[in-house]
Amino acid sequence: MSGSLRRAAAALLRWGRGAGGGGFWVPGVRAAGSGAGGGGSAEQLDALVKKDKVVVFLKGTPEQPQCGFSNAVVQILRLHGARDYAAYNVLDDPELRQGIKDYSNWPTIPQVYLNGEFVGGCDILLQMHQNGDLVEELKKLGIHSALLDEKKDQDSK
Amino acid sequence: MLTGRLVSGLVYLAGRVCLSQGSAGSGAMGPVEAAIRTKLEQALSPEVLELRNESGGHAVPPGSETHFRVAVVSSRFEGLSPLQRHRLVHTALAEELAGPVHALAIQARTPAQWRENPELDTSPPCLGGSKKTRGTP
Repeated sequence: MSGSLRRAAAALLRWGRGAGGGGFWVPGVRAAGSGAGGGGSAEQLDALVKKDKVVVFLKGTPEQPQCGFSNAVVQILRLHGARDYAAYNVLDDPELRQGIKDYSNWPTIPQVYLNGEFVGGCDILLQMHQNGDLVEELKKLGIHSALLDEKKDQDSK
Repeated sequence: MLTGRLVSGLVYLAGRVCLSQGSAGSGAMGPVEAAIRTKLEQALSPEVLELRNESGGHAVPPGSETHFRVAVVSSRFEGLSPLQRHRLVHTALAEELAGPVHALAIQARTPAQWRENPELDTSPPCLGGSKKTRGTP
């Protein structure tokens, strides 16, 4: 696993141009923007993070991230072929921006939730991606990481 | 003072990133950087503490102390998950994070983990943030 993951991590570390470079629209991604609906309350946020298996709070959108750290989260999910995730842009909604920090007791954006549970920010997601944990966590959610297919191709050579 | 080493990861930096020199130009450490250093030393008794002011690479005024990257190496992290480790760092820096510090990239390692890879990573390039709410974390 380490070979292909290392290559993927190296590619990621080139901090790809991101979706803003054009053509990176991933079908299924819901850039829900301020669909949180003036949302800052704990109950609303609780419902939001549990509504989808993979939920991320970003600065910007997956198509156009406005922060390098948020972009890193988008790129990692893209590498794993995780297509159907909910993305909320905190820049659209100051209440959401503060509310999600209070909810998770985490001071920064981006924030990643898997199966309704707060997992961490960009650093932790990157770590999980590099050590193989993310593949496992996605598998538990019934999401088959694209990197597994890459590994299979490697092994069969 | 810029303590982080320029890692080979420089080759990965693309686009319009400009590597933060932080306060290196004047040679003086800003007050926020000093506070971060002191608090982390008190809270975690780190074997290694590498702190880099990365504000220069972001859409904030020169001389800002808003974006930092820190590598903390401490045996207090033994047995703790990454999330737990990061929360320890956040707790130590609660005041700064509620105040001027807008972004904090954390590498929280045990001594053994650090020996395997003793590098302060580089952060991804800034993508502009929200110019409308500049300065608001």
